[in-house]
Amino acid sequence: MLTFMASDSEEEVCDERTSLMSAESPTPRSCHDGRQGLEDGESAAQWRSQESEEDHEDEDPDRYVCSGVPGRPPGLEEELTLKYGAKHVIMLFVPVTLCMIVVVATIKSVRFYTEKNGQLIYTPFSEDTPSVGQRLLNSVLNTLIMISVIVTMTIFLVVLYKYRCYKFIHGWLIMSSLMLLFLFTYIYLGEVLKTYNVAMDYPTLFLTVWNFGAVGMVCIHWKGPLVLQQAYLIMISALMALVFIKYLPEWSAWVILGAISVYDLVAVLCPKGPLRMLVETAQERNEPIFPALIYSSAMVWTVGMAKLDPSSQGALQLPYDPEMEDSYDSFGEPSYPDVFEPPLPGYPGEELEEEEERGVKLGLGDFIFYSVLVGKAAATGSGDWNTTLACFVAILIGLCLTLLLLAVFKKALPALPISITFGLIFYFSTDNLVRPFMDTLASHQLYI
Amino acid sequence: MTAAVFFGCAFIAFGPALALYIFTISTEPLRIIFLIVGAFFWLVSLLFSSLIWFMTTTFIDNKDEPREKYLLIFGVLISVLIQEMFRFAYYKLLKKASEGLKTINPYEDAPSMRLLAYVSGLGFGIMSGIFSFVNTLSDSLGPGTVGIHGDPPQFFLNSAFMTLVITLLHVFWGIVFFDGCAKKKRYTLLVVVLSHLLVSALTFISPHYGLNLVLVYIIMVLTGVWAFFVSGGSCRSLKLCLLCQDKDFLLFNQRAR
Repeated sequence: MLTFMASDSEEEVCDERTSLMSAESPTPRSCHDGRQGLEDGESAAQWRSQESEEDHEDEDPDRYVCSGVPGRPPGLEEELTLKYGAKHVIMLFVPVTLCMIVVVATIKSVRFYTEKNGQLIYTPFSEDTPSVGQRLLNSVLNTLIMISVIVTMTIFLVVLYKYRCYKFIHGWLIMSSLMLLFLFTYIYLGEVLKTYNVAMDYPTLFLTVWNFGAVGMVCIHWKGPLVLQQAYLIMISALMALVFIKYLPEWSAWVILGAISVYDLVAVLCPKGPLRMLVETAQERNEPIFPALIYSSAMVWTVGMAKLDPSSQGALQLPYDPEMEDSYDSFGEPSYPDVFEPPLPGYPGEELEEEEERGVKLGLGDFIFYSVLVGKAAATGSGDWNTTLACFVAILIGLCLTLLLLAVFKKALPALPISITFGLIFYFSTDNLVRPFMDTLASHQLYI
Repeated sequence: MTAAVFFGCAFIAFGPALALYIFTISTEPLRIIFLIVGAFFWLVSLLFSSLIWFMTTTFIDNKDEPREKYLLIFGVLISVLIQEMFRFAYYKLLKKASEGLKTINPYEDAPSMRLLAYVSGLGFGIMSGIFSFVNTLSDSLGPGTVGIHGDPPQFFLNSAFMTLVITLLHVFWGIVFFDGCAKKKRYTLLVVVLSHLLVSALTFISPHYGLNLVLVYIIMVLTGVWAFFVSGGSCRSLKLCLLCQDKDFLLFNQRAR
């Protein structure tokens, strides 16, 4: 889901797959501080924040909040949108590119992730059949099973969230991230060491994995420098994408990618979609942003705080986006709670400049599926780099277009469909049409 | 082949483009976006030209060697024409986009058309260079001996230099082309298309590297000089720049007059 958030609630609860949001970081605090600000009659910024909160509450819950603070004149707002637009696009390009680089580098060097070693239980049909029709049928069936599992888990989580089973969700989340940060990292490290034939004794290994995992848990679930949180999120997205690349059979992977984008579109835009319902519930309860499983590029506020923000403490008990839970817990895998929340923006007594910094948020699921597409392009085929690069450029262009739509429509939008569509088109066309052409040209040393 | 060949050829082919990127593009987010969109346009043009080539090879029986070569030459020429068409399409898109940016954002300086010409040319050049050379580069890391059957052993070096010159040529062509479009000078566009065709045609004489490369580099220098004058440079400004007396130079204000 792509959304412009001035208010916290909505997109945070979105599916890790979906969210691409523009979040104004101060807003969560503004819910609590704004009111006090008005009473104190302090800075204009607070007044604006408060106004935004009020506006937000008055708004039809279906209309997700617009960019920036509604108190401003519209022209200024549009200008701000554009002024921040290009910077935010780049703030998302960089982590997406880094994640893809990690995945492609691993795929190209570590044999383990390209070896066929069984399949997940969610894709039970094998693709080792002699006929093309049978193989296609099996992959479609695999996709149906996977998507229905995801939908079921999503609905289960919506129910959990609606009945306020926060502790359950919270505990589940912690367990999932524990497994991801420790077990998968251990496996990854083991395979990398095997590939480069580096010997490492168990005490060193234990120390390394322990430190990595413990710092990761602290950064993600509690507090930590923003850059470190972002780095951990990128790493766990890459690990997750590698697992998908390894365990999803070829044709199933492509069909699943297509189906996930359609599901994303439906879940975010339809009025009865699970993600939309989640968002509405969160808005009704006026709960602060649930930051888990979302990568945020929010700027860090540097103004000193007069007092501690009560809402930040609330943030830890926030129910996580159930959506993000579902696709992962089915694998028993960790969701990536992402508490990137930048150190509390100061409110009272803060002399803010006119424009508040806005961050953009992208769900980790989006990272994962982008990386799966590019990784599969790198893994399959004849080791062709052109295909990988074409998919990479296509995904970036899709992301750019999605952000443009976000700036225009100013409501929650799914981040997967456009990029994945472009990625799939370019994968198949580059692999089948461009590759023979470029190979023939290169062997004759002709240049176009 | 060794890592030395890999790194050497990689830096020969992509070094200048990387430097241009780092010093001029990476600082401004809007320029990065336009660069990537330019690369995307080149990619789409390649897709169409591959489609045409693929269709002609499947429909025409090319069992004999010369026919395959002719089809390839045909493919190359069509590809050049399609690339220039997409360069024109990108020009149109940028013109609309910058008008849009200006109306919405009158306080901020939108990038000028000349800058966008440079950025688009660089986008085309980088993408073209990467697609031409990266597979060859990755092969150079593997085992093998170049030219063991009597082919010229400087395969990699030649490819690297050719990639470099194509990248720079795309930059210059972009600048000249956009200027021609803006001032409605049809002959400029024609010259760009013809010089692109000429450069591609020169690669047909492939094993004779010396002649091939020298001619293409001469064309590159000429096009570069033309682009320099088109984008507002002059001999005087060049002299000032080289003697560090131009206004952009850091110590301009500190010089004793």
